[in-house]
Amino acid sequence: MDAVLDNLDTFRQGFVTTLALTVVSTVLALLLGTLLAAMRVSPVPTLRAAGATYVEVVRNTPLTVVFFFAVFVLPQLDIRLSFFVFAVIAVTVYHAAFFCEAVRSGINSVGVGQAEAARSIGLTFTQSLRLVVLPQAFRTVIPPLINVVIALTKNTSIAAAFGVVELTAVTTRLASANSDAVLAIFGGSAVCYLALTLTSGFLAGRLERRVAVAR
Amino acid sequence: MSEAVLYDVAGPRGRRRILLGSLAGGALVVLVVGAAVARLASKGVFEADRWQVLTRQDLLELIAQGLGATLRAAALAMVLAMAVGGLLAVGRLSRRRWLAAPAGAWVELFRGLPLLLVILFLFLGLPAAGVTISTFWALVGGLTLYNSAVLGEIFRAGVLSLPKGQTEAAYAIGLRRGQTLRIVLLPQAVRRMLPALISQLVTLLKDTSLGFVIAYAELLRTGRNAVEFLGGRYSIPVYTAIAVVYIAVNASLSFLARWLDRRTRRRYGRTVQPSVADEAA
Repeated sequence: MDAVLDNLDTFRQGFVTTLALTVVSTVLALLLGTLLAAMRVSPVPTLRAAGATYVEVVRNTPLTVVFFFAVFVLPQLDIRLSFFVFAVIAVTVYHAAFFCEAVRSGINSVGVGQAEAARSIGLTFTQSLRLVVLPQAFRTVIPPLINVVIALTKNTSIAAAFGVVELTAVTTRLASANSDAVLAIFGGSAVCYLALTLTSGFLAGRLERRVAVAR
Repeated sequence: MSEAVLYDVAGPRGRRRILLGSLAGGALVVLVVGAAVARLASKGVFEADRWQVLTRQDLLELIAQGLGATLRAAALAMVLAMAVGGLLAVGRLSRRRWLAAPAGAWVELFRGLPLLLVILFLFLGLPAAGVTISTFWALVGGLTLYNSAVLGEIFRAGVLSLPKGQTEAAYAIGLRRGQTLRIVLLPQAVRRMLPALISQLVTLLKDTSLGFVIAYAELLRTGRNAVEFLGGRYSIPVYTAIAVVYIAVNASLSFLARWLDRRTRRRYGRTVQPSVADEAA
């Protein structure tokens, strides 16, 4: 236990990095994912195909491989950024595909009558998507979206293997330095992760009840 | 809602606009891809000798060995996780509190933790406690713990998705709870959750790449070793080949899952839908 208390500051820095990585990547991935979802339901065939290809390729690639391309291949092309930015890129690119699928399932769950009504009052595709369908879609997919956020939070741990000193990297460093207190150190970091993931799950439940649409 | 509901069937003007949009969208895609290709080409990525490395016999053998190691770990972890997950599902469905509570806690714990942290704990933590563990078993152990929680929930959802009449009919002919589950519910549930199981296998297969971190010689680690041996200029061809192998294996499994899902739904009405989040993890 002392090993955890003595290194509380190191733990805190790791936790903050994990949190920062999670928040920045979530915002970017959600934006990209929504854009991809809009592309996948659009009337323009090339956009539909591009969106579908992106999702199909990314969801079948391990996140570790995406990290590989970001961390080892981008520098080969003279794109030199910090490990943190590379990690944001990898996590964003990967999770955008899953946000896209979640949003798309939401779009598909909005009643047919809603889109028909939007069309019959003369709204264009973009208008009906933006004003009528998406606001309802987001409400129905809040639980799956938050679950993807939870998965993203956990997946930021992979950045530990690619030079980002976040919670998991801090944990392994401390564990190698204090081999007599490994259990306490891993326990401490597990509590941090559970604090993030279980809180998100709890928030998801509350938010779902607040914004739920009556059908 | 079918997607075509979002827009009217296009008239002549609409068709022209869609064609224009198609061209513009296509041009945008071509532009982005083209810029990337130009960048890659300016770095000499497309020089033939770089890609000829992929025809080297020893590299191909190495990749095949890596794929073998990946599939071995995935297959073993899948079997173990299904066994543990089955027990967890039975535990959570049980009316006995002392069985249901620990099974629930297990599921919440291992679904809430990053898989990499669990693997690292097995790999670094157990030796500190005096138990030596190979990289293979650390990876398989971590994958089993995490996926047992996910599969347990899929099994439970499969059983709960069955109509109540099945259970009631089983009780009516005098079966006990255990018998009902074993003889009546599970055989039907398995059919409904088979597509979800295969999707989870895709996730598990992707997660074996975490073995890279603890230096288990799976597909990704062998690729990295090959690049370290051959030199950085071969990184793009080798990593691309590795990615293609992953995508080929996983896309065929995903395809199988979707086909099975459609077939099962047509014949038996419902299936357990895997969650998008579980696929992301």
